[in-house]
Amino acid sequence: MEIQESKIKSFVTKYNSEKKALISILQDIQEEYNYLPQDALRIVSETTGIPLIDIVGVATFYRAFSLEPRGRHLVTVCLGTACHVRGGLKILEEFEKKLNIKAGETTEDGKFSLQTVACLGCCAIGPVVVIDDKYHAQTTIRKVVPILKKYMTKRERK
Amino acid sequence: MINLIMNGLEVKAEEGWTILETAKFYGLEIPTLCYKDGLSPYGGCRLCLVEIGEGPKAKLVSSCTYPVEEGLIVRTDTKRVIETRKMMIELMLSIAPNSKVIQDLASKFGVTQVRFKVRNEECILCGLCVRMCAEQMDGRAIGFQNRGFKRKISTPFDIRSEECRLCGGCIYICPACQLRCQGPEADTAVCNACLTMEPTCLDHYDDLQCWMYDAGRCGTCVREKKDGKEQVSNTK
Ligand code: SF4
Ligand code: SF4
Ligand code: FES
Ligand code: FES
Repeated sequence: MEIQESKIKSFVTKYNSEKKALISILQDIQEEYNYLPQDALRIVSETTGIPLIDIVGVATFYRAFSLEPRGRHLVTVCLGTACHVRGGLKILEEFEKKLNIKAGETTEDGKFSLQTVACLGCCAIGPVVVIDDKYHAQTTIRKVVPILKKYMTKRERK
Repeated sequence: MINLIMNGLEVKAEEGWTILETAKFYGLEIPTLCYKDGLSPYGGCRLCLVEIGEGPKAKLVSSCTYPVEEGLIVRTDTKRVIETRKMMIELMLSIAPNSKVIQDLASKFGVTQVRFKVRNEECILCGLCVRMCAEQMDGRAIGFQNRGFKRKISTPFDIRSEECRLCGGCIYICPACQLRCQGPEADTAVCNACLTMEPTCLDHYDDLQCWMYDAGRCGTCVREKKDGKEQVSNTK
């Protein structure tokens, strides 16, 4: 993916190149590219003066950031205690089977990425699956395919 | 000046000193691993734990990071401290059994077993290399990445860093990079050879004959100690 230096710089200047805004800057980059490209982090380091290693340290610390390209849709399956006892793991396995990837991976066509999370704070509606910003409550194995279909074009649904 | 009690003694410390610095000033020994003069304290290895306070409220703190306060009561060698310290050494041994530094600590503090799965990860995440690189070498080439059980030390994106000046400072200071002696017990999780062996040359000479000036430590010229007490008087 092509990185526009001016765009990254504009993210940085939006926060007055302040060091404490690092997480906000990273969030903006991730929003734009769906992941944190290496070159983008280099530009952030040059413009803010934060050592690259420290930026990488922050970027790898938080699960919300990804250094690998992610699919267009991010499927997050909750494996927190409450969702786990209601079958979260089985639902994850179903997603893994249907998408033919393991948690933490991205489908070959770059359409879906699959990841897990330990509790989203809405256990009452568990098992929870989040796709992009949409929460799918009380998921079951049977609902996995219908949910996925919503994010596929007609041709892909076959 | 700040007044505090250490091991029952009334001592005075300068404002801003840590418990460790105060103890050193008064000659009280506290073992350390992730603390080195010239580098900022990190508090990662927990070897320098001491007990502060009294009775049920007493708690363990890392002396290398804990600043002294007026009236503080510190004990450096309580049962709890010694047991915890031994546990920390045992845990570190299970991660990096090939480290000379950690094996020596085990010998010194009588850690004779490792009850954890030996993982041979060879990095105890003490952070010395990171601080050495940033604070003494002005490098900032390596740092901590990820978190939890995936935490590791690496360069950005795991490739050669443009910031690295190949000074070797990180390797120099790393306790896991200093390999243990390859003597008789080289494959075990815990060596303790320094405790149970004695140099053979002492049978014939009064002085040690080791050219390395580190007699018996390498383990190649040693034989099993017959009687611990006798050996001490022999070497005097
Ligand atoms: S060799 Fe490189 S990584 Fe190690 S301390 Fe020197 S500059 Fe830092
Ligand atoms: S590489 Fe060595 S110095 Fe660096 S954190 Fe690991 S054990 Fe410590
Ligand atoms: S355990 Fe899934 S939302 Fe809390
Ligand atoms: S020396 Fe204090 S925690 Fe390591």
